[in-house]
Amino acid sequence: MVEPWTENLTTTFWIVLMGFLVTAACGMIGNYLILRRMALVGDAISHSVLPGLAIAFLLMHSLKTVPMFIGALVAGILTTVLIELIHKKSRVKQDSAIGITFSTLFAIGVILISFGQMEAVHLDAECVLYGEIALVPLDLVQTQLGPGALSVVEKIPGLNSEMFLNGNLLTIPPPSVIRMAVVTGITLLLILVFYKELLVTSFDSGLSSSLGINSTVVHYTLMGMLSVIIVSAFEAVGAILVIAMLILPGATASLLVHRLPPMFGITVIHAALSAGGGIHLATWLNCSPAGAMVVAGSVLFALAWMFSPSQGLLRRWLGRELDELDEEELERLARRI
Amino acid sequence: MITRRQTLDKQGWRAVHALGLLAVFVVLPESAWSAKIGDVAEETSLGQQAIRFFSFRDPSVRYAVIGSVMLGISCGLLGCFIVVRKMALVGDTLSHAVLPGVALGFLFSGVSASGLFDWSFDVANITKNPSLIFCGAVVAGVAGTFLVNTLKQTTKIKEDSALGLTLASFFAVGICLLTMIQDLPTGNKSGIDKFMFGQAAAIGEDDIRLMTGVTFLIVAVVFVFYKELLVTSFDAGFARSIALPSQWIHHGLMLLVAFAVVIALQAVGVVLVSAMLITPAAAAYLLTDRMHRMLLLAVGFGVASGVLGAFISFLKPNIPTGPCMVLGASAVFAVAFFAGPRYGVMTRWWRHVSRSKRVQRENTLKAMFQVLERRDAQPEESVSLKELAERRRETLDEVSGQAQALKQHGLVTLHEEGNKILFTPSGWQLACTIVRNHRLWELYLTNEANIAADHVHDDAEQIEHVLGDDVVRELERMLDDTTRDPHGRAIPGFADIHKPFTPAVPGPSGYGGSS
Repeated sequence: MVEPWTENLTTTFWIVLMGFLVTAACGMIGNYLILRRMALVGDAISHSVLPGLAIAFLLMHSLKTVPMFIGALVAGILTTVLIELIHKKSRVKQDSAIGITFSTLFAIGVILISFGQMEAVHLDAECVLYGEIALVPLDLVQTQLGPGALSVVEKIPGLNSEMFLNGNLLTIPPPSVIRMAVVTGITLLLILVFYKELLVTSFDSGLSSSLGINSTVVHYTLMGMLSVIIVSAFEAVGAILVIAMLILPGATASLLVHRLPPMFGITVIHAALSAGGGIHLATWLNCSPAGAMVVAGSVLFALAWMFSPSQGLLRRWLGRELDELDEEELERLARRI
Repeated sequence: MITRRQTLDKQGWRAVHALGLLAVFVVLPESAWSAKIGDVAEETSLGQQAIRFFSFRDPSVRYAVIGSVMLGISCGLLGCFIVVRKMALVGDTLSHAVLPGVALGFLFSGVSASGLFDWSFDVANITKNPSLIFCGAVVAGVAGTFLVNTLKQTTKIKEDSALGLTLASFFAVGICLLTMIQDLPTGNKSGIDKFMFGQAAAIGEDDIRLMTGVTFLIVAVVFVFYKELLVTSFDAGFARSIALPSQWIHHGLMLLVAFAVVIALQAVGVVLVSAMLITPAAAAYLLTDRMHRMLLLAVGFGVASGVLGAFISFLKPNIPTGPCMVLGASAVFAVAFFAGPRYGVMTRWWRHVSRSKRVQRENTLKAMFQVLERRDAQPEESVSLKELAERRRETLDEVSGQAQALKQHGLVTLHEEGNKILFTPSGWQLACTIVRNHRLWELYLTNEANIAADHVHDDAEQIEHVLGDDVVRELERMLDDTTRDPHGRAIPGFADIHKPFTPAVPGPSGYGGSS
């Protein structure tokens, strides 16, 4: 049972750290998606960054960070624009517009992937579905062996290539973890800096326009940031499970507290617990780590749903006799009349 | 009401019988299982392959096509109700939520029961049993919708978050189970990985039986309960007032959607099956206002894109079928979105442009009429470009462009290098009609609606272009005296419109040339 935490500690550490960073970044931005009732737009974007990635790869013949982010940004913004276009310019409702847009873009992505030879960069159907968080430490090994990487390492003061070859792996994190850490940091920074703007546009569009906040700019910035987070999470958890990382932490937090700052705290705690628990579960059951992380997160959500002090199921069952006529009873009675 | 119901039932059973006969003829005589679609595609040219595919010589092609047709029918029918009830994303959630059921159904085939409590699980027995997978997937899908409803009822979580949450949790459980299955030491895992993106070639004979049966069930239920589904979809208040059990109808519909999703899984895959529900139906929704036509169109689009997907997967076996089908459906939607006859974006834009051009032409003709009227001249006489520009308060260039447009439509002729404009008989008639419309409407507003004479011009300016013949006849009937408008000008009558007309080429010193 304790196997992952005793053997291969370095490997496990990087995987859990990656999982935590992914879930934390997604969870923080996911809070705003939940508040703005755009959870399913998040779902749509998480599907449709796939063609952006595939096209970026086909054009550049490698998956460097910058073209990848640009591809994802374009795809993400395009998704939002297409959804708006379909739903404003025709009588198709927003839900159908979301469904049509993301399925079309995702289908294009899958076909591009099966045409192009992308196995070399782990861009294949398996990765789309499961993510390859278990390969994060492998990334490290490649860094170690690649001569280019070594020469780069030589230039960093205080480091030399021998440190790697001696197996001192903890000193340098794998590049994907660094990238994810940067993205998570930027997300946190943006949320701190634009806290007021995000808060006001999420809750009160009238007030935001009277304060002179351009809610369109805020909206598209949020969508752009979302695409970047999704694409950097893509490698770890795939295209479809990202939606869980976006919604589960925020939904759990919203069951427990009602103010935004503590919600962010719970989001981060949820991220840490689900990453650790998920990796443990994955080692134990020998299944996909990304899937297991989401299962762990769902279990946390189920616990919150059961035991939440304000709206938990347990309180509903026990507290029913105490509140003589709570709101819902009144509503039900009113409906019966 | 009763007779309508009976005719509906009759129609329904007729359709069911027809489909049943079709399927019996196609499916049953052929029970041999040959190679997968991909293996038969050894001919090289596209044409040869197309002939081979559409001659249905190979049983695997036949299975793939029948399967695609069945999924097109069932998804198209139910997708219409999903789209008009604004439940598209419920369909998406449901289609992701079936995944753990698929995996469990697959695992359950390894369980053999020798007694009531004496069950044993043997990995080696695991096979792809369509009925078990079907049952597991339906149970998981229904559990997913149940979870969404419970979340919405017991917490403050909004619908979109509840949907996303359910989708992701169920899908993650499914992913875990699938990755566990892939590590099991069993010989027969084939097919289970095709449930993700779909492979029409993986459809076997057992699948076809199941798909056909379920499609019949769906078609039959939709026909029998068509009225109930229609009423609850469009008018919930009316449905309640005639005591329809809306909740039960909703649950029944969700169950049917789960059926449709599950039979489509094999060909389209878990990830994209919701598109086969939404996209053909949304395309049909853009093309018609009648539900029965929408159902037929959606079924047609679904079947067409399904068969297209199967054909592409026949040509290129390494491309998953699901995305091809979805792109086919999306292409249909795009055409309907841009070029649909009534609601298409391009069509509406084109209609707008041509209408404003027509209005401008008519306004120019009216201005010519007024110039001649002020001069008290005959319709055969010419109007100079300058006069027209003064009347319209526009530049000479603009007016000359309008004159060119009128000439192209055969309403005027141009003389003296485009400086003199003459009515053609049809142009004169149109000008008279517009002026008559304008003045009749002014007269109507002052006489019948008691609006002051100086307030009626703007309104008439708008309506003169859209008054039809029957409205004009109605106005003529209502108004006693239609010879003079409220401002005292003559309203052109029948005699003016059909004046004998001999257009004359104006001499060098024509009217108003350089005054």
